[in-house]
Amino acid sequence: MYRLEEIKRAARGMWSLVVGLNITGKYFLQPNVTIHYPRQEVDNLATFRGHIELIPEDNDSLTPRCISCGTCAKACPSGCITVTKKKAPAPTPEEVEQGVKPKAPKDPETFRLDFTLCSLCGQCVMSCPANAIRFSQNINIAGYSRQDFQFDLVARLRSRLPKHVKKAE
Amino acid sequence: MFTKEQIAERGFYTQHFEQGKQDNSLILNMGPQHPSTHGVLRVMLEIDGEYILRADPVLGYIHRMHEKMAEGKTYAQFITNMGRVDYLHALAWNWAFVGAVEKLGETPPSPRAEYLRVITCELNRISSHLLWWGAYLLDLGAFTPILYAFDDREELLDILQDLTGSRLTYASFTFGGVVTDMSDALKERITRFIARLRDRLPMYKSLVTDNFILLGRVEDIGHIPVDMAVRYGATGPVLRGSGVAYDVRRAEPYSVYPGLDFVVPTSDRTDALGRYLVRMQELEQSLNIVEQAVAQIPAGDIQAKMPKKPKVPAGEVFFAVEGARGKIGCYLQSNGSGSPYRVKLRAPSFSNLSLFAELSQGTLLADAVSILGSLDLVIPEIDR
Amino acid sequence: MIDPQLLRILVALVGILVFVALNALALVYAERKIAGHVQRRPGPYEVGPHGILQPLVDGLKLMGKQLTTPKDADPVIFWLAPIMCFMPVALCMLPIPFGPNLVALKLDLGIVLILAFAGFGVLSLCLAGWGSNNKWSLLGAARSVAQNVAYEIPLLLSVLSVAFMTGSLDLATISAGQGALPWQWNALLNPLGFIIYFICALAETNRAPFDLPEAESELTAGFHTEYSGMGFGLFFMAEYANMVVVCSVATVLFLGGWNGPFAPGWWWFLLKMYALIFLIIQIRWTYPRVRFDQLLNLCWRWLVPLALVNLVYVTIIVKL
Repeated sequence: MYRLEEIKRAARGMWSLVVGLNITGKYFLQPNVTIHYPRQEVDNLATFRGHIELIPEDNDSLTPRCISCGTCAKACPSGCITVTKKKAPAPTPEEVEQGVKPKAPKDPETFRLDFTLCSLCGQCVMSCPANAIRFSQNINIAGYSRQDFQFDLVARLRSRLPKHVKKAE
Repeated sequence: MFTKEQIAERGFYTQHFEQGKQDNSLILNMGPQHPSTHGVLRVMLEIDGEYILRADPVLGYIHRMHEKMAEGKTYAQFITNMGRVDYLHALAWNWAFVGAVEKLGETPPSPRAEYLRVITCELNRISSHLLWWGAYLLDLGAFTPILYAFDDREELLDILQDLTGSRLTYASFTFGGVVTDMSDALKERITRFIARLRDRLPMYKSLVTDNFILLGRVEDIGHIPVDMAVRYGATGPVLRGSGVAYDVRRAEPYSVYPGLDFVVPTSDRTDALGRYLVRMQELEQSLNIVEQAVAQIPAGDIQAKMPKKPKVPAGEVFFAVEGARGKIGCYLQSNGSGSPYRVKLRAPSFSNLSLFAELSQGTLLADAVSILGSLDLVIPEIDR
Repeated sequence: MIDPQLLRILVALVGILVFVALNALALVYAERKIAGHVQRRPGPYEVGPHGILQPLVDGLKLMGKQLTTPKDADPVIFWLAPIMCFMPVALCMLPIPFGPNLVALKLDLGIVLILAFAGFGVLSLCLAGWGSNNKWSLLGAARSVAQNVAYEIPLLLSVLSVAFMTGSLDLATISAGQGALPWQWNALLNPLGFIIYFICALAETNRAPFDLPEAESELTAGFHTEYSGMGFGLFFMAEYANMVVVCSVATVLFLGGWNGPFAPGWWWFLLKMYALIFLIIQIRWTYPRVRFDQLLNLCWRWLVPLALVNLVYVTIIVKL
């Protein structure tokens, strides 16, 4: 009886192997699901966290909204942000006459991001009082040296707007 | 085999490992670079032929002192670390820490955020179990299942990326809420995913679970009797695979789990197959939970009204959530300043790993690999 | 004046070596492509159209790599092993009839030659494991010896059953003895023998689910843990060459060789051989690995008794 039971079990086992072959065979004939990256691109990037970038003013796409307060630099757990304020311009002759000191512009001189340290946690984005930082959707980021990932976000904003923003405009 | 006294005398630990060696046995280092230790776990084995006389896990290869790091960071800054403790179920760890802070400050999150947390956390649990499933079968020598699992997991990660912004090391919970809201389109997508995975689970079953060869590799391997599991403090599917229906979501209810209808799957088999089956059933249960949460989610803000920097009163608190591997606990002591005074993280993998030394004694090398896989270890979580 | 028989053998040997080497390259590509499609990914894709040049480029890379000998290894044994593992393959292919007259070496005892040299492969695995002076390699070597020695027996018995049916040990006679139509082939007249042969062939070639000597999740890479460059490359090629051999033998013994429902010829032989190879590859990408004791249990408790029963069945039923 024991033998019989064992033979039955073995037969069922053999059948389970055939079922397995059937499944892999079926998938073999189906088209594959790979996205061939450089030729095709993924599209679901709406909330993707790339490196951070500065949001420009509504009416001026070259000046960042940033008010150089440095909250983001303090909030960052890795210390990868350094903001330098703009110096006040030299007073014009009229201002000298009136005795008013010119105000320094609010937007930063430089906004340095060391992306090699960044862990994309979003503390800077959440802490910003001026809503001036957002995550970019830049997935094509690669470089040959560490220096390639030391961004100046102000210069970046001025030099080249990311593709998707250009498209939207 | 050695008695406890002999082990104490000769020294069981790594630096004395060679001393207790028997004649004609072989000391073998499994890891830290070994395909089936899933990362940088090192297990010292004394083997006779292929039989394991004793095994000794050696930890610490990926110790990153997360607990100490907490003391130098603000509360908000430390959330980022939590995504890196257990990279497979990062959201549960997010939740454990955020929950502890909220519990101490008595500032509950907004109702919508509670549901969003449940949805993301359960989806994350599914992704973790799917990865375990594939990796376990890889340990057992089947290559294809992991890619089928990744096919499903890819869809899941796309959803989680929409909800949290990241694909692996999430940091999407804030004190009192979550970062991103769920759109209606995403709701649709989650519903579609639930249907899709439910369609796929029978295929998983007939390709793998029913497979004759697989059953031979997991049946009657690594028996963990209840008392042994309790003795080592095992939790999660490892404990439930021994027949104890202990689930933090039911035992110490938190968030909106009491209002959701799900069962805690258990298995009385106590072997590797039991743990395997429990995890496969948990996949279905998590799908149920997500389905209900998506249906019941209330409208409203995703962030409760709170100051941007949480004011955490002095005191201590322990908050536990159910992770994919077991009970994830966060003990937090605050002295009222801006950063935690002390954080202690309870990692389920650590307790589950401690079972291994006793479990693997007298088994074959191949069985030890199967046992190690069935415990579902994440090494960074063990070392923290 | 050179003996024309010798010349014929030499030409055939070169032809066979080229055939086996080309097949090994093609099969590396086929394996990866099939694995890819089973897993719903494209497999090698970037080198050449659909990655067709991938095995060539991989081969070049392996050849370009430095050959390192582990510190305490025995260099002679260590390097002898990969060279040795290729030799029996060429010899085993000699007596195989690809077509009615397409055979390198006409032998009355073709099966015996093949069986004699098939056991040779395990020696190189054993030497590789022993010579590496690595604990994982040693375990792999021990496994491969136990496995191959055990599986020789049912393999022999199942081949014997075919010899009983045909009454000959000559492969050409066995091929010719089977009819044109599938139900006249030995695989259907003697299904148990075919299944046993097939399982043993998987085990003899160390293919999944019996790839225990190199079980990478248990023994990192088993007997070839310490090999790099072309040392590894030769083991890799030998695995595929062995597949060609066992599938060729299976085609001759069980699937009617060059016979086919219409237009018999070597193309039928190749078609059947590649179909079998495809099955072996698909099996690898479907099943988990068996455990070592299960492997030996399967052999001694199931295959050997079944093969003996089958032998009795063949002698009584078929011959009467």
